[in-house]
Amino acid sequence: MDRAETSARIATLIEPFNKKGVAITDATRFTDDLEFDSLTVMDFVAAIEDEFDIIISMNAQAEIETYGQLVDAVVKLQG
Amino acid sequence: MTDMLADDQTQDHTDLFSKFDPLIQMRANLLDSGVEDPFGLVMERVVSPTVAICNGRETILLGTYNYMGMTFDPDVIEAGKQALEDFGSGTTGSRVLNGTYAGHRAVEQALCEFYAMDHAMVFSTGYQANLGIISTIAGKGDYIVLDIDSHASIWDGCKMGDAEVVPFKHNDIEAMEKRLRRIPAGTGKLVVLEGVYSMMGDIAPLKEMIAVAKRHGAMVLVDEAHSMGFIGPNGRGVAEEQGCLDDVDFVIGTFSKSVGTVGGFCVSNHPKFEIMRLVCRPYVFTASLPPSVVATAATSIRKLMHAGNKRAHLWENSRTLHKSLKDAGFQLGTESPQSAIISVIMPDLERGAAMWEALLHEGLYVNLARPPATPANMTLLRCSLCAEHSAEQVQQIIGMFERAGKTAGIL
Repeated sequence: MDRAETSARIATLIEPFNKKGVAITDATRFTDDLEFDSLTVMDFVAAIEDEFDIIISMNAQAEIETYGQLVDAVVKLQG
Repeated sequence: MTDMLADDQTQDHTDLFSKFDPLIQMRANLLDSGVEDPFGLVMERVVSPTVAICNGRETILLGTYNYMGMTFDPDVIEAGKQALEDFGSGTTGSRVLNGTYAGHRAVEQALCEFYAMDHAMVFSTGYQANLGIISTIAGKGDYIVLDIDSHASIWDGCKMGDAEVVPFKHNDIEAMEKRLRRIPAGTGKLVVLEGVYSMMGDIAPLKEMIAVAKRHGAMVLVDEAHSMGFIGPNGRGVAEEQGCLDDVDFVIGTFSKSVGTVGGFCVSNHPKFEIMRLVCRPYVFTASLPPSVVATAATSIRKLMHAGNKRAHLWENSRTLHKSLKDAGFQLGTESPQSAIISVIMPDLERGAAMWEALLHEGLYVNLARPPATPANMTLLRCSLCAEHSAEQVQQIIGMFERAGKTAGIL
């Protein structure tokens, strides 16, 4: 799956978690812009893992701060 | 490259404590409301496993994890005194150097017999047992799959090691299975579970979870800190109760709850287990437990093997308190009593602290648990029962909860 298609699918998955309807770009930050707390992160990560059948370990999550970084990581994890 | 600092220049000072400002503020707000500091309680005198003088008041203790009430057992006290006389006040050394006395070997032997396992390794605290075992056995390239509600010592053990850390939703067998399935074949896998989760007092479906873990070729570690002595036919914990202890590779436990002193341990049947004594840094690079502590622990563990009556009374206490609090209208962490912990859910921290204080004024001590230690950012009043609470004390406790609940506006 290419980056555009991956990004589109993640965009759909993020909707229920984007309570304030923040406009999302590659630079959107999960903690600062979307105000995700640890519980939201867990549910959101689980949704992405199930959609793409991948594991995003805590170690990998620690490197992901923005939407763009997440898309890149998911593209890479799909191999 | 940074610019060189001239001899007459000084850089601006950055206070490393700034990161704690939000917590300092939250604590100040709480204390400004006039509430007694829930995290600054002093026990001036301890009368028994269930009663102490706290902040000048005689108080029933309902938040000590002293499940089996062994802290004032005459045989336990006597063993401690004797060891203090015979072996001195401390070992001043690591277990692998000068810190292994006859008593350390004796308590490990008592643990092997208690759990009917081949190996036992005693750490200076329960925290260090999790820290040491998890960080040492799961290394770079391995995966740790763990419940999201795991204790801080488990998380810290994960953080200290180099393994990939993969959490799953609390007690969710399917979520755990999915993660195990996605881990590349041939990779080392450790599943970490707890028998009793101490915040809500709920137990894990270990039988099903361990079966899934084993099918995926994982090794299994179970923390049974909150079940030792009273869950399972021999008090070996939730895994024994559910008939799957033989499939647990490592059981982690503590001396600071049912055993009634301090220290932690791991028991295992792994044939190579003894090598842990040389490679596990939280075991090697710290002083061993004092002789009096291991002597009290060994005596207590041996008495816990034959504590059927105390176990029965503890369960009776748990059932009575759970039912009465539920009937009174409190929201509890579990639908039915699953352990010796009963967690009362508070609407928020402010009213939780007010209720905690009202209980203290009634003469009852419970634990106020707040985020981030709690699941789902809840504020909890956590009650842990003791086999030494009399039926009358349990009735007193229920009355105190009802009155305090009205005072604090919870009921």
